[in-house]
Amino acid sequence: MIPVCRLEDLPEGESVRVGTNPPVAVFRTDDGELYAIDDTCTHQDASLSEGWLEGCLVECPLHAASFDLRTGMPTCLPARRPVRTHRVTVDDGVVHVHLAAEEGSAA
Amino acid sequence: MRTVTVVGASLSGLYAARELRAQGFDGRLVIVGDEPHPPYDRPPLSKDFLTGRAGEAQLALTDAGETAELDAEWLLGIRARGLDARGRTVLLDDGRTVSTDGVVIATGASARRLAGDGLAGVHTLRTLDDARALRVELTRGPRRVVVIGGGFIGAETASSCAALGHAVTVVEAATLPLVPRLGAEMAAVCAALHRRRGTELVTGVSVAALHGTVAVTGVALSDGRVLPADVVIVGVGALPNTAWLAGSALALHDGVLCDDGCVTALPQVVAVGDVARVGGVRAEHWTSATEQPRVAVANLLAGRTVESARTVPYFWSDQYGARLQFAGRRQEGDTVRVAEGAIVDGAPAEDGFLARYEREGRTTAVLSVDRPRSFMRARRELVRSEGRVRPAAL
Repeated sequence: MIPVCRLEDLPEGESVRVGTNPPVAVFRTDDGELYAIDDTCTHQDASLSEGWLEGCLVECPLHAASFDLRTGMPTCLPARRPVRTHRVTVDDGVVHVHLAAEEGSAA
Repeated sequence: MRTVTVVGASLSGLYAARELRAQGFDGRLVIVGDEPHPPYDRPPLSKDFLTGRAGEAQLALTDAGETAELDAEWLLGIRARGLDARGRTVLLDDGRTVSTDGVVIATGASARRLAGDGLAGVHTLRTLDDARALRVELTRGPRRVVVIGGGFIGAETASSCAALGHAVTVVEAATLPLVPRLGAEMAAVCAALHRRRGTELVTGVSVAALHGTVAVTGVALSDGRVLPADVVIVGVGALPNTAWLAGSALALHDGVLCDDGCVTALPQVVAVGDVARVGGVRAEHWTSATEQPRVAVANLLAGRTVESARTVPYFWSDQYGARLQFAGRRQEGDTVRVAEGAIVDGAPAEDGFLARYEREGRTTAVLSVDRPRSFMRARRELVRSEGRVRPAAL
């Protein structure tokens, strides 16, 4: 369980990158839901935390691949492989990420 | 339409094949590629592939599952050498012909060459085979590398060579690299990135000759200097692969001439990617190669132009640890304003910047260095405002 930030420091529609290895991106959607996925696009080296958040989809800032935050599945090319998703909780006002077990990669 | 032939097993060729199936074409699909490789992504060749961070598996654009779903006949390692006047027969260099109802031209472009570049140690960087050969040479210990041409391929390759520990000089014939792309002011700022890794940038001189008998030993410049070199990389642009279309009914002029919907002079022949001059513009951009096929295929299947492929141009470049992104249509005389971040001593600040090109109070283009999030926002604004200024139906 990794503390990320205080909930009020992550406004709706924003995201934050966690410097784990591999790094994780935490999103707070416009509806207030929290999601965490692997930060690096499965297509090429780009940070999804810097992507465009729309609903439960994030668009990669480099080549416009899009991922569903709920499942990690790519919704369009050029990405073909999913990103891992991670559980997020809020404890005492602090956002935490629970890294998915290291059971190989999502590829 | 019973048979469609995609000529070019490239990024845009593969995207066209995908679109054909996605848009309901269930006939015979033939894909012809002159390289022996299945479709692969070229941008990493000058970057992660060259430095060894990425292998060939990571370049693949498709996999066995998708290939099976596409249900195409792949003719790889075979060059198309002609298209008949009606656009109904593709001639192959092994003597075979493919009778077809529709054609997607996706033959791309080839690296422009220099006289005398047949010497050992002289490379271009366009194909996987080019990159393989260069990579082998760059793993034999420190080399003196001269890169001819300071454009994106030249700068990225120079950056990768510097990262591998080689001594690198970039020779650019113009007074600055990338001026036509970025304008003089921002071109100067981006040229300063070369200094980050100690690459020497020589500008305003052209190459007079390559020295050497079997292997290259140096690059003679127009000002009389000779730069000693073990490896020379020629990055002086690319020419569209249209020679095979001589004798066809298609209009060729620095590319295959198409309307705004990628449709050529023949309604059942469309062109996409680097080889296509769409609505007067030939953009050698990865994004164009991935966006045009959807429109081209829609028009091909409709038998006439029902959709326009005009989008806001976008390209990126990774060099010297910096990520450059540019979108829009810059014009001569646009003013440039740094809207975020800063330029320090004529170079991008450590945390980058975002610059807007402006004309009459409107943003015409944006350039960012290491500001992907702001860039993405600005690029979307551009797309939206262009939608307002130019109705989609052109």
